[in-house]
Amino acid sequence: MKQEYTITVYTENQVGLLNRIAIIFSRRKINIESLNTSPSEAEGIHRFTIVINETEDVVRKLCRQIEKQVEVLKAYYNTNEEIIWQELALYKVPTDVITEKVKVERLLREFGARAVVIRKDYTIFETTGHREETEGLINALAPYDLIEFVRSARVAIIKASNGFHEKLKEFEAYEPAEELAENAFLNNQAEVFSM
Amino acid sequence: METLELKEQTITAPATQSISGSKAVLEAFIAEGVDTIFGYPGGAIMPIYDALYDYHDQLKHVLVRHEQGGIHAGQGYARSSGKVGVVFATSGPGATNLVTGLADAMIDSTPLVCVTGQVFAHLLGTDAFQEVDVVNITTPVTKWNYQITDANEIPHILAKAFFIAKSGRPGPVLIDISKNAQLQTFEYKGYQKCEHIRSYRPKPIIRKSYIEKAAELINSAQKPFILFGQGIILGRAENEFKNFIEKTGIPAAWTLLGLSALPTDHPQNVGMLGMHGNYGPNVLTNECDVLIAIGMRFDDRVTGRLDKYAKQAKVIHLDIDPAEIDKNVKTTVPVWGDCKETLPLLTELVTAKKHTEWLNKFNEYKQKELDVVIHNELNPTTEQMTMGEVIKILNQNTNGDAIIVTDVGQHQMVASRYAKFNQSKSNITSGGAGTMGFALPAAIGAKFGAPSRTVVAIIGDGGVQMTIQELGTIMQTEINVKILILNNEFLGMVRQWQQLFHDKRYSFVDIQSPNYVMVANAYGIAAQKVTSRNQLADAITTMLQHEGSYLLEVMVGKENNVFPMVPQGCSVSEIRLS
Repeated sequence: MKQEYTITVYTENQVGLLNRIAIIFSRRKINIESLNTSPSEAEGIHRFTIVINETEDVVRKLCRQIEKQVEVLKAYYNTNEEIIWQELALYKVPTDVITEKVKVERLLREFGARAVVIRKDYTIFETTGHREETEGLINALAPYDLIEFVRSARVAIIKASNGFHEKLKEFEAYEPAEELAENAFLNNQAEVFSM
Repeated sequence: METLELKEQTITAPATQSISGSKAVLEAFIAEGVDTIFGYPGGAIMPIYDALYDYHDQLKHVLVRHEQGGIHAGQGYARSSGKVGVVFATSGPGATNLVTGLADAMIDSTPLVCVTGQVFAHLLGTDAFQEVDVVNITTPVTKWNYQITDANEIPHILAKAFFIAKSGRPGPVLIDISKNAQLQTFEYKGYQKCEHIRSYRPKPIIRKSYIEKAAELINSAQKPFILFGQGIILGRAENEFKNFIEKTGIPAAWTLLGLSALPTDHPQNVGMLGMHGNYGPNVLTNECDVLIAIGMRFDDRVTGRLDKYAKQAKVIHLDIDPAEIDKNVKTTVPVWGDCKETLPLLTELVTAKKHTEWLNKFNEYKQKELDVVIHNELNPTTEQMTMGEVIKILNQNTNGDAIIVTDVGQHQMVASRYAKFNQSKSNITSGGAGTMGFALPAAIGAKFGAPSRTVVAIIGDGGVQMTIQELGTIMQTEINVKILILNNEFLGMVRQWQQLFHDKRYSFVDIQSPNYVMVANAYGIAAQKVTSRNQLADAITTMLQHEGSYLLEVMVGKENNVFPMVPQGCSVSEIRLS
């Protein structure tokens, strides 16, 4: 069954790596719903957050192909239940319209929005949350001459993750610890070895 | 792609302990044990060629006639020697001409380091003369690539390049060096080989528990079957593999690239897998109870229809590349790691057995294949010669000691099916990519990689015309390569498919050939054309005994087909004998 998966990739910070990772998807004609790159908790290590809609089997294979790239340290995939995620959205609306027609205060409360800039000609709101939440505010603002809208890619934290500091030490060691190569077979041995 | 570079070059004045980027490239090669470079000069790589002028006694440079020929030669060199093939090309078209070879080396896991010239760094992105974004073009077909714009990067990036190319599952690496970096002088602190990259694990950790599970499965198996691929050759694990199969008594079949890892006449060698493989190995894949895949990747040409492939069997997969496990065939027990290390561990745990009855079953199928296909192919009663009988006579002359380089198509399948091999690294062919035009340049490279061995390139009349310009390379280097053209006056494999699956509508497969003897002679290469059976044996002896290169064209039956055959979309057990 296809569902939304969030892939988290820890990498070196290197020119061209974005392309190397992106073509793993495009080669298989898989659309990337959202892609974000940022620094990670570990110094010098970059973190990609990629959202796609696929079956688990495909996502697992994609992660192996990603991990195979020389500059990738680790790729994880998670369902939405296993992560905390946010997207950030900005909305530009004419100030006169919203002061006249909408109760700004109600908007701010209802959608957890924040006014980032208030000028005579326009006001910019910001909201963060899940897709439904940021979309809710679009719908609310649409009748009031929404001038511009933009939404960021998803950023996500894996609930069960202990971060990358310890892992990085193992990667830096010449002989890595066994835990590094964690995988489906190890975690579900009983199911895998069904002889 | 030669160009004149008239631009004024900014070269910093050489200091006493400084060397140029170009020189650093060549120093890196020497430190890595490179002895041969295949290449073609041009504008953006001229500083490296200039530096090469002073290194000609340490580094042999083979001037090819086209960059594609250069990279295929590099591949042939790597495959016959087990070392890293090194290739030079200039920027722009020089670099794009490498792409086919990179794709070929990528899918066939061939270690290569390709160095391409690039325009000056300040011209990047300006659509400069012979500027092509080669790093992005080659990203999908390289294991790793990198663009150097500062000479200070050269030593450690080249060290990384060699390490990545040859370690783990080998593959091609491309390093693009801008012209300013080649010219730039910098403080050279010597060359240090790369042994570790923190984000790169060439070998997965071996897990004893998996090996125990695998041994348990093997020990309890009644009808186990081994499939082996090039992983054995790349891992230099031929002896470990032989010990393993001899202790377990399990029949073993090979993939196209696994050929020559086990001597052809080994009693447990039951033949070739896949579309044009042998009858028994294909049919019995769907009868075995435990399938042991070693250093192979379940290519679709091996598996046929996947949902009908070995569904009854438990699968043990030994591979160095974790991404291969479960990619095409669901594995019961994965054994990650270098098979040179995992095979001895496994051999220790398995009980010695002889699967006589099971092995006999393969022999029964072999007998049927002999009666229906092989006998007629090797001893034809037709007036026209068959490809098989040519290979048979070649075997009688080489005794299986030659390196056989094949191109792509019918002749490739026939040669793989019938050629005899006694030692490893003797079969060189374009497997995964199926690159026509591979054989002639690859044979040149193979000879440079293994100068003491006889190299025979077997090529069809289609493939040879794709890279025929490399006869010029043979002429100039005076390298000794035997070229055996099996001419059926058709693009035979496509014609065979058109006959079998497209109602004999022969669409553009009728290909004419030049007078190959005259062409060869024009390049100063001795040649002969054979049209009848009674000349064949003598001609092959003459070819092999001739001092220096020799081209032998053999006219074979126009509409002969390669059988057995697993038609596309069919299961391996639906293999056809006619």
